[in-house]
Order: sequence, then C-alpha cells, then structure tokens
Amino acid sequence: MAVGILDVDLCGPSIPRMLSMGRPDVHQCDSGWVPVYTDTQKSLALMSIGFLLEDPDEAVVWRGPKKNALIGQFVSDVAWGELDVLLVDTPPGTSDEHLAVLENLKKHRVDGAILVTTPQAVSTGDVRREITFCKKTGVRILGIVENMSGFVCPHCSECSNVFSKGGGEELAKTTGSVFLGCVPLDPLLSASIEEGRDFTQSFPDSATFSAISSISQTLLNSLQTD
Amino acid sequence: MRVSLDGPDGWARGWIGKGQRAPVRLRRQQGGGGVLVWAGIIKDELVGPFRVEDGVKLNSQSYCQFLEDTFFKQWYRKKSASFKKNMIFMQDNAPSHASKYSTAWLARKGIKEEKLMTWPPYCPGTTSEQAGKSAPCQGCPNQKLCASGATKAPDPAIAEIGEKLSTVKHKILVLSGKGGVGKSTFSAHLAHALASDTTKEIALLDVDICGPSIPRIVGLEGEQVHQSGSGWSPVYVEDNLAVMSIGFLLSSPDDAVIWRGPKKNGIIKQFLRDVDWGELDYLIVDTPPGTSDEHLSIVQYLSATHVDGAIIITTPQEVSLQDVRKEIRFCQKVKMPIIGVVENMSGFVCPKCKNTSQIFPPSTGGAEKMCADLKLPLLGKVPLDPRIARSCDEGRSFLSEVPDSPAAEAYQKIVKTIQDYCSNRVTEEQSTI
Repeated sequence: MAVGILDVDLCGPSIPRMLSMGRPDVHQCDSGWVPVYTDTQKSLALMSIGFLLEDPDEAVVWRGPKKNALIGQFVSDVAWGELDVLLVDTPPGTSDEHLAVLENLKKHRVDGAILVTTPQAVSTGDVRREITFCKKTGVRILGIVENMSGFVCPHCSECSNVFSKGGGEELAKTTGSVFLGCVPLDPLLSASIEEGRDFTQSFPDSATFSAISSISQTLLNSLQTD
Repeated sequence: MRVSLDGPDGWARGWIGKGQRAPVRLRRQQGGGGVLVWAGIIKDELVGPFRVEDGVKLNSQSYCQFLEDTFFKQWYRKKSASFKKNMIFMQDNAPSHASKYSTAWLARKGIKEEKLMTWPPYCPGTTSEQAGKSAPCQGCPNQKLCASGATKAPDPAIAEIGEKLSTVKHKILVLSGKGGVGKSTFSAHLAHALASDTTKEIALLDVDICGPSIPRIVGLEGEQVHQSGSGWSPVYVEDNLAVMSIGFLLSSPDDAVIWRGPKKNGIIKQFLRDVDWGELDYLIVDTPPGTSDEHLSIVQYLSATHVDGAIIITTPQEVSLQDVRKEIRFCQKVKMPIIGVVENMSGFVCPKCKNTSQIFPPSTGGAEKMCADLKLPLLGKVPLDPRIARSCDEGRSFLSEVPDSPAAEAYQKIVKTIQDYCSNRVTEEQSTI
C-alpha cells in the first residue's frame, strides 16, 4: 500500500521527526515537488514545511493568507504519484489551515476525517466544535479516537486514568459518530516517536499496538466499502 | 494565479471570446473550475493578465515558454534599456519558478542575481512592526518603503488599547509552540493562585478563538457576557478574578468558530479595547498553540503597553521542545521578554506503587537542557496528576482541591517566581527614574 502524509501544521511540523526523516532537501521534478520517502520502496511519502526550513528552530510566523498559499502548493504542486491513501495531519483548531486544505482538496474526493481527542471534557469540549466544522464543511466523520486513554504502570500494572476516561466514547455516542477505539498512554510509544522508530515494528505485541491496528483496520474497512 | 469562476452561490461565470456564444451554464452541484492567469505589477502598471491555455500544466519548461510568449515578447521587449536595468523580477517559490531550469533560463535573459527576487520566506508582512527592518527585508525592493512606515497605517486601536490598559500593572502571556501541553490549565491556575490574595485584581483573557477552554476550566461554562455603557463586562469567577473568552459569546457548546485570520484578529482587538477590565494588578493572556495570527495580533495590539513577559509551557519530550524552540524564537523576533519555561507533565507517580514513570520521556534532556542551552530560566517542573484533569473538567481550582499534592506545590513555587519577577521589574523601573 502506498501512503502519503501531508503535514499542514505549518507552525509546529512534528511528523518529520516522528518518522526519523532528518532534514533532507526537497527536490523538484517536472511535475512539482518530490515528497520525501521513508523507505526505498516508496511506501510512505511525506511533505512538511519542516523540510523547507533552513533552520529547524526558525519560527514560521505567518498570518493566514500566507499559510493558505503554501498549503495550496502542498496540495497541488507535490508530485505524490499513485497513492492508496493520503493522510493530512492538521494543527488544532478550525481556521485557515483547515479551510485551506479543504478548499484545495475540493476537486478531489475527501473520504472523511478522523477526530482525535483525549478523554477529558476540556478536550472533548473542543472536539465537539471540530465535529461542527466537519458538518458545516461537508466532511464525513470517519470516527473518533480516544488517545492517551489510561496509563498502565509498568511496575505494578495498575491502570491510572491520567486524563480521565471515556470522554471520547461518550462524545461519539452523543454526536452519533463512530467510535474507533481507545489508545492508551504508553511510554514506549512516546519513546519510539521521540527517536523516530517505527513503534509497530518494535512492539508488535503491546496492547497499544493492538489498539492502533484495530483502529486502522476499521478505517480501511470503512474506506473500502465506499 | 488561479482565478476561480465559481461564485459562492454555485453559479459559474466566465469570459466569452468575441463572437462566441455563451455556453449553457448549469448551477454546479459540486466540483468547480479555475482559470490560470499570470499577471504582474510594477510601480503603477499592470502587466497582463495573460491566460494560460487550458490543459497546460506549468512545469519549468512550459512556465518559461509561457513567460517568453507573454511577458517577454508582449511587454518587456518594449521597455527601454534603463528600465530593464532597474527592473527587479519577483516570483514566488513555486517549483516551476524556482527550479534550476527556470533560474538558468531567466539568467540567460539577463534576469539574475540582484535582478531576480524570490519570495522572501520570512517576510514579516508589510504592516508588521518589523516591516523593512528585519533580516529577510535586506534586498527587498520594498524595504525602504516598509521601513519608512508608509505601508502601515497605524491602527488607531493600538493607541486606544494602550490607553485602556494603562491601569493594568502586569501583563503576562502564556505561550507554547505545541498543543495539548497544558497552557490553559496553567493560565487558569496561575490566575487562581494570584487571586488568592484578595487585595489583588486579576483578569484572565482567553484568545484561543477556535478552542476556548478557559470557561470550562474555571467553571464558567454557559455564562454569557453583558454589554454596558463602558463596554463588555467580563465574567467573574471570584470577586477579584475576571475572565473573558469567546466561549462566552457562543450560544452552544457545539458552535464552531470557523474564522480566518483577519476575523480572529478583530475579536482580539475588541477583547483588549472594549472589555471593561477596570484597574488590574495582573492580566493573564492564554493563547492557542503556534506562532500565527493570534500571537502576532496580541503582540501588535499590546505594543503601546508594557508586557512583563511570556511564560512558555512545554512537556518534556523533544517533539514538544522542537515546537517550543520556535515559540522562543518568535518571542525573540517580536522582542517579547521571556519570564521562563514551565515543564508540564513531568513524570507520573503511580498512586499504587509510587514508582515514577516518564510517560513523556525527556529524550533530549527535557526543558532543563533546552533552558540551559538557550539561557532561559526554568521556572519549574509540574508532574502529571490525574486529579488535575478531573478538577479542570469540573471547573474547580486544583490548587484548592489538592493543595498538598506535589503538582500543587510545584505550581505554587512557579507562581511565586513569577510574582517576584513582576515586582522586581517594577522596582527596576522605579530605580531608573
């Protein structure tokens, strides 16, 4: 399967580090910018502003119109090639980036959105607004993921609900959305992301891995039945 | 430049060539179209617009050919030698413009070096404070104009806000490059802690327009603001703690604020200018993550007042610090003093076995190392405590609910440091008079 990730978080582009991409140059070809591939088989492609910054600590202090312009270029001028799935990672909110991405993807089909929340009400309170955003812009909600859902102490296996519990599932129920599942807080996952290692390769037996696998399988099924 | 033919009402409009009949147009249900045109502006002259033929995808070769057929043959060729000598060609960094092929082709036309200007990636904006003055402005043809201030008509609101907030002794911004690190939680609890001294008047302003969490965290969800002759009245948590948030202006918790930058800037201006804050000891401003419209606006609108500084919140892991460094750069760019950095979610003590786990591992040394490298004060580390999330959800102050917890103690120490910073600043100012 060929997957692309488009990171439109222009102020805080995290994906390059999480996939251990370093800071390669972005090349241009006749059809546009060439995305950066994580592997030689080109199964995972990525485009992020992180690759375009000379200094990784440099702040991108742009107002909306300039962000819109770059996002437009990311959508239209990147030579993604043949992809099975294009994932778009967005910053928090319901503003310029989200509108720009949808406007530029208008001529292509947007299958839907996955909404990620943490369990507590302060989080789901904002995600309710994101649900309204999707409804207003005609984006189908593929489902809700409750992240950071419980922490199992590696020393004694006691489960602590660090950020409360159940908010994501309740949100899905009250808004009539599909609940995709819970992903627990896992220091091994955080460590893998920090080091840019593929958690799914390193810890295939963990509960976190099963949670993530089950969510992705549900998503793939719902995409395929369209 | 792509011009959309679709009106917002779904009807398509277009240009019809002379002698041609208007085609039948149906109101579109979905999809849409566009027309690609190229145009240029120099001094007060419009060059073009020239339409790109339908179906032509502009790669480097076709872009250069297009420029040859339109810009060069139809316009540039007719200009005098002295005009050509002084003209600078500016284009954005689209792949077909910035490619080696196009750069070489333009060079052969004499458009190279100082005569070829690429889109400055860090243009501060013609209306910003840094217009014409920052490093990326060097060499920009508009530099002198921007630096002279002619491009920015000063917004009268800035002076009005300066006047309005002259009765606020201390202003503190709470920033982070990263989302979800606990800014709003921190802002709210900082406000609560400062308000525990009932002789002080405290205000908390929430400028997270898309995700206003403050009303819930302080237990004011569902409240509405009132307007009086002296402006908007903030909502009071305690007698001496006032809060303003767009959350109070929304009629339903499901309402989404789907606003672009300019509209967000407008409401921030109103919050600063039109809210009847009264005399305040502290105004705390909670911001959304990032370095964008809200942050630029807050800095701009507060430019006629004195801001004590910013507190930067992070979590220990590099994925967070990476974004927080950008926020620090932003502060440096806009000359915002940094009071210090708070490392939130710093370790979790299991309530059963009391062992500590680093759920968000400080793989590159956490905030401590970052602060040491950047010579910034680390105000403190706050551990993860499930009771914090619960208190916030219930709208109660965690500092009152569990005052003896390690997290509450860490908070109180941080608040004390902030208070000392603010009073020292006042003492310094007085001693220099």
